[in-house]
Order: sequence, then C-alpha cells, then structure tokens
Amino acid sequence: MEVTGMDRIYESLVEIAGEEHVSNREEELYIYSQDPGLMEPHRPDYVVMPKTTEEVQKIVQLANKEKISIVPVGGSLSLSGLVIPCRGGIALDLKRMDRVLEVNEKSRYVVVEGGITQGKLKAYLERHHPSLRHSIPDAPPSATVAGNIVIHGQGRLSQQYGFNSSMVTGLEVVLPTGEICKIGSCSVSPFWFSLEPLPHLAGLFFGWFGATGIITKLGLRLYPKKKLRDIEVFVVEDPNLVPDVIHRVTHTEMAEDIFVGAQPYPLIFKDIIMIGICITGDAEDELEFKRKMIWDALHTYIDSKEGGFMMLTPNIKHELLELPTSSTTRFADVVKGGGFEYCGPIIPVEKFPEAFKKLLEISSKYGITYGHAGRVIGRCHCMMFSFGYPFNRADPDNIERTRKALHESNVASLDIGGVPWKPEVHAQKMIMDKMDKNTLELIKRIKKLLDPNGIMNPGNWEVE
Amino acid sequence: MTKAYAEQIHRCFRCGYCKFPNDFTDFNCPSYSRFRFESYSTGGRLWLIWAWLKKEIDWSEHLAKVIFSCATCRNCVEQCPMNFKNEIVDWIVAARSDMIEKGFALPKVRDFLNNISKHGNPWGMPRSKRDAWAEGIKRYRPGDEYLFYVGCVGSYEERGQRMARNLAELLDGAEVSFGILGVEENCDGNEVYMLGETGLFQELAEKNTQKFKELKVRKVVALSPHAYNSIKNKYPRSGVFEVFHYTQLLSEIIREGKVRLSELKYKVTYHDPCFLGRYNEVYDAPREILKSIPGIEVVEMKRTRENSFCCGGGSGNIVMDLLGGSTESPSRIRVREAYETGAEILAVACPSCMATLDDAVKDEGLEGKITVKDIAELVQESAK
Repeated sequence: MEVTGMDRIYESLVEIAGEEHVSNREEELYIYSQDPGLMEPHRPDYVVMPKTTEEVQKIVQLANKEKISIVPVGGSLSLSGLVIPCRGGIALDLKRMDRVLEVNEKSRYVVVEGGITQGKLKAYLERHHPSLRHSIPDAPPSATVAGNIVIHGQGRLSQQYGFNSSMVTGLEVVLPTGEICKIGSCSVSPFWFSLEPLPHLAGLFFGWFGATGIITKLGLRLYPKKKLRDIEVFVVEDPNLVPDVIHRVTHTEMAEDIFVGAQPYPLIFKDIIMIGICITGDAEDELEFKRKMIWDALHTYIDSKEGGFMMLTPNIKHELLELPTSSTTRFADVVKGGGFEYCGPIIPVEKFPEAFKKLLEISSKYGITYGHAGRVIGRCHCMMFSFGYPFNRADPDNIERTRKALHESNVASLDIGGVPWKPEVHAQKMIMDKMDKNTLELIKRIKKLLDPNGIMNPGNWEVE
Repeated sequence: MTKAYAEQIHRCFRCGYCKFPNDFTDFNCPSYSRFRFESYSTGGRLWLIWAWLKKEIDWSEHLAKVIFSCATCRNCVEQCPMNFKNEIVDWIVAARSDMIEKGFALPKVRDFLNNISKHGNPWGMPRSKRDAWAEGIKRYRPGDEYLFYVGCVGSYEERGQRMARNLAELLDGAEVSFGILGVEENCDGNEVYMLGETGLFQELAEKNTQKFKELKVRKVVALSPHAYNSIKNKYPRSGVFEVFHYTQLLSEIIREGKVRLSELKYKVTYHDPCFLGRYNEVYDAPREILKSIPGIEVVEMKRTRENSFCCGGGSGNIVMDLLGGSTESPSRIRVREAYETGAEILAVACPSCMATLDDAVKDEGLEGKITVKDIAELVQESAK
C-alpha cells in the first residue's frame, strides 16, 4: 500500500512521541477543534502530546519540513479561540510536560515545564514551599502557567506586581525553525533568576499566542505567602466614582488584589458596582492596620453615603477568596447554556465609566445578560475590563446575538482607547487596522524572521 | 434515556475542574490520567456525547472506547463547580445506554454483559462454580441475621475469594449469624447499571430482590462496595432490608469487643473505594478498623477520602481493562502513590480494588516492598 503524505506525517509523529500520544481520530480532532468560547471550530489534522523539549523540537522540525502548521495547546481556556487550528495541522498538547523542575526558595523563583497547570503549581507550592505563592489567575485550575504567560494574563498579585508575564524570570523556547533557545539569566548561568539585564528577548514570545515559538520551560517569580488573607468589598452605585476609589486604594499600597464586579443577577447585585479589595498579613494586627488605612482612604465616600463597605457572609467571603475563584467558572451556567465569552480589553482606569456604560448598552441592545469582572493591574496603571456574556451553546440565536455583542465590545474597547486582551483572530485584525504602521511592519518582520515558513499558530498576528 | 439528557448536556463548559482533586495536586480522573487527550476527560466526553447527539460526529469504536472507559468513579461529580454536577455520571450512563440500544457497544462491553446475562458473572464462568470458594460456609436460611452477599469478584476471582473467606471466618469467629446464597447468588448488577444496560439491570435487581424477599432477608452485608451501592441505592423497595458494607459490620463487631485484636507492626495506607467513599460517604468505618488494631500506623496518601484516586477498576474495567496496559494506568499510579507514603501495606476494602492494585504492584516491580491486603485480612491476622 502506498503511504500517503498524511500517513507519513502520522507515522513520523508516532515515531517521535509514541503511538499512545498521537491521534488523527475524529474524536480527538473534534475536541481540539474548539474551545468553550464563541469562535468557529476548525479541526487539526493531528493531535500530539510530547513529553520532552526534544520531542517538541522534532515535531517542529517535522512541521517545517512538511510545511504544516503547529498550534501549541495548553488549557484551551482563552475562550477567544487562540488554540483553534484555523489552518489545520498539528495541535500540540503540552500538558504531559508538567513537572516542577526547581524551586529556589531564597531567590523566590520556580522553574516549570511548559504544560504545567495553574492548579498543579499551586498545589506543589502549598505542599512543599508553603511560604511561597505565584500569581494565580481566575481561570480554572486546568489553565496552564505558560498559556497564561503567552496571553499576558493577570492574577491575584497583578495589582502589586503587574501582568503575570512581567513575573517571568527565564524561558526555554523551541523556535519555529527548531532551535532550542534559552532567554534570560538561564542563557548564561545555571540560575533562572531574571530576564534582566540582558536584551529583552522574552517579548518576542509574550502576547504572541505561540506564533513565534513554543515555551517548553519557564522561570517564574514567587512571592511571600502571608499567613492571613481577608477581603473587603466596597460598593458604589455611580460608575463614575470607580476610578477614584481604585486610585485612593492603590495609593495606600495596602491591597493584595483589587477587582471590580457588576452583574444584574441575583437582584441584590443589580445597579451596584463592587470593588473587591483583598488584604494579606502575617498577623491580625497587620490586617487591621491595612483595613484601617483603606477605610480611611474611602471615608469621604462613606460619609457622603455614595459608597460603603458591604457585609459579607462567611460563604461569600470564602467564595471571593478562593484561589482560583470557581464562581468565575460558574458564570458559564448563568443561562444554563455552558457558554461564556468575554472581551477583556486593557484600559486606562479612568475609562471605566465609559466602558461600563457601553457594556450596559450592548447587553441591552442584544437582549443578553452580562457580567463584568475587572482587575486592577499595577498601582492603578491600567485595568482589565471584561465585557462578559454567558451564552447558551444549544441556542443558535443566542450565540449569534452574543457574537454581535462581542464584536461591538471590541469596537467599543478600541474606541475608548483600550486594547482588547487575548483578542480572537478577528479582533487582532481590528487592532492591527488601528495600529501604527511602523509597529505593524515590525511585527511582520519579526514574525517572518522567526517563522519563515509561517507554521506557528497561523492566523494569529498575521499582518496582511 | 439519553434524549432526556440531551436538553442539559450542553451545559458543561469544559472548565476542567473535573480532572483534579480539590487541592489540584495532580490529575484525578482515571481515564484522563491514563490517556491525557482532552477527549478522555469528563468535559471532553460530555462534549463528544453532545456532538454525537447532534450528529456532528458519527459513532466509531474509538468514540465507544472514550465513552465506556470512564470508570464512573464520581470524582467529576465531587469537583465540578456547576449546579448540574450530580447529573454528570447519569449523562454518561445514559449515553452508554443509548449506544447499547443501538447495538454500538464495544465488543468487550457486549461480552461482559452477555456473560452476566447468561452466566450471572462477567467472565462467563459456570454458575455451578460460584460457591467453589465457600466450602464449609453455611447457606443463608430465613432467620439468619445477615445475608453475606459475596458478589462476582468475591465468588470467582482468586483474590476476591480470599477476601470472602477471610470475612466469613471472621464473622463466624465473632458468632455473627449469617449465610451466603452460594450457587443461587446472581450478579448484583452495579456494573451493568453503570455500563448503561438498564434492562438487564432491572431484571437482576428484581430477581435478587425477589430472592431476598423469599428468604425473608432483613440485613445484607456486602463484600464489595459495588454490590453495596447497587443493592442499597438502586434496587426496588430496597428499604425493606438494611444494607451494610462489611467494614461497617466489622467496625461494629470490633467496637462491641467480639473480636480480640493483638498487635500488628505495620505501616498502612488505606485506599478509598469509589463506591464506598464518593458514592456512599463511608470513609470512617475502614479507618476506624485499622486504628483499632494495636501497632498499626495509618498514613494517608496525597489523595484520600472524597479526593481519592480511583484504581480504574470500576464500570467493568476490572474485566474489560480499558484503562490498563500502561505505566499511566490508574492502578499503577495509585500504587506508586501508596508506596511514596512509606507504607508497607496498602489496605483495601473492595475486591475489585484488591485485584487491580495487586496486579499493579507486580507491574511496578514493588513486590516485597508494598503488599495489598484487605481490611478483613488484617483484622484476621491481628485476631489470630
């Protein structure tokens, strides 16, 4: 029997990763053709699950030789379809590469493989290094650490330390041409402590969604884990007050995390905006001091009755402090439809009122419910503002209306001066249409230089 | 049955909580741990069922393997953050039922069910051999306090038979009034139910219930947590008789001082069977027994109680072995985890767990380093 081109690729993948870790069966192709969001599915031709960097390298070399696409897959939870293989090819599921390789307690960093989940890293640190933590995002625990980095994710420590991608201390990357490349101190030293003071090459991979290489190892900053954690929720009705509330709280430098939430259901939450302020400490006195500083910062709003702290039941408190927050996931079941999509632009904090107004308008226009969850990044330096919409996967009309709402949310995000975060391919084009032409040309040149055959997650950041 | 669930099954978001225990320490879904393709996670499986219902994908033997390889261990139910979580296993069972109705079951599943239908056990062994292990053990007569329900694994599988004998001897020694059904015992049907053969399950359940009624059974003590689950929770009019797992009865006997225990110097870790733990919330009785044996040090594995990692033997896999054949087979992962505790004994309370984990000890080359023992065996050893 003649061996066809497709069979030859399958056989080569089997030779690299083993038969049990390669599939071209309909069922796997179906599952890897989509994520839980709203993007149109597209099937890969193969799914492969390598175990080592060397296997990843061989797969990339094979793809280059055969000129077929590769999409690196983590938790498949971006919701914006960033791992949908829009040109087919190989879906490369990294989750078998999930070891913790090193924890440096003194220098507070961890080195992990590129497929480790947020959940596993959290559990590992809790068990073996209880005084350390990483900035865990609100995504489910099956989201991967590297996946979060390549989308410029945020987490519970982003208000203090910035985007999670700015917490990276080193990378090992398989380049689209097959070379294994180290970035940061680990390129010249056995220690993975810092990207600096070398030329900042890590930016070639952050925010690129795997279009410039596959992260197989990464170093990540760890932070002191305090013994106590608590939360206060400040409530206002007027969205115009939110930027100043955030500004005042960030000025105290007392908060671990600041997030914003608003939703119409249950009705007790209607027409209010909640600003969650997490605090940590090693002693109750420390927490009390932080509480006092935050209360003092906001007392004029309390005195004028424009805002106030909400009473929290132990259950609500537990839910808000949970890491990761499962209530974020439960949002997908609000309309009993199993779907949840959001446009989450990064915006200047002062643009919150405009964005919030647009969210209400869009949700009302398309007759769909909404949920807003925002996170402050840095000391009021910017925030992620989510235009979040649950949808019903079994209702095509609801899906269509949600798609339109999502598109309009992307437009609104750009109009108010924000930039859609982890944008779907369509929104990437919207961003690039608005982008400075020389910046665009730089993106094009970098992509061409790193990935001359255009095999890495094609469709993403593709400059026409 | 699947059609009724077709209205709900799309509600799974595929968030992946179902893959983990509650502290996320490692993957805790047996089939996902074994194969690692997303299709083998609970979310992947539910999405595939929905795709099949919508005719987006056709039936294939591989689809059937994905659907039937779920051990129905209920970890997903324990971990899912959604309101529909209690229905997840029912959805999978319903899809299996639909496949069986359409003649789409895997050959291994078909053989498993045919053997139970014809011979009353999944191996197709003669009914006349069901009590081959039970020489000298009294048959149940009306008036006996307990019917000792042995189940298929206890009746036919060598290690299960050893468990059954140990327990019978212990009960006898404690002067408990009991008897077995011998060759008149039939399969309890728990795996038949989980595999989706509802017609056969109903037949088994009705016949067994009828038999219990004829014999005026008031109390059933089951060797297997699987039988305990089906008889307690799935049989019609099951309230007429009380159902116990043997660890519950043993625990009581020990508490009442009917068994005198002497010192055993063992470090023991206990593996929670899914149908005893997650299905029926019996976590303490087996541990109380172990702690009542002087000299035994009980150490817990990383994943324990509600978060226990299934051995992979449920839903007929002890016979069909859809999760075997790899270092990543659940039973081998579990044995490695037990060995990491430093325990020399891996204690079990289920004949299916006993067989799968004992095989895994051999496959892992851990013979002589860790030994799988049934709780009744440990009690008996201590009582000698």
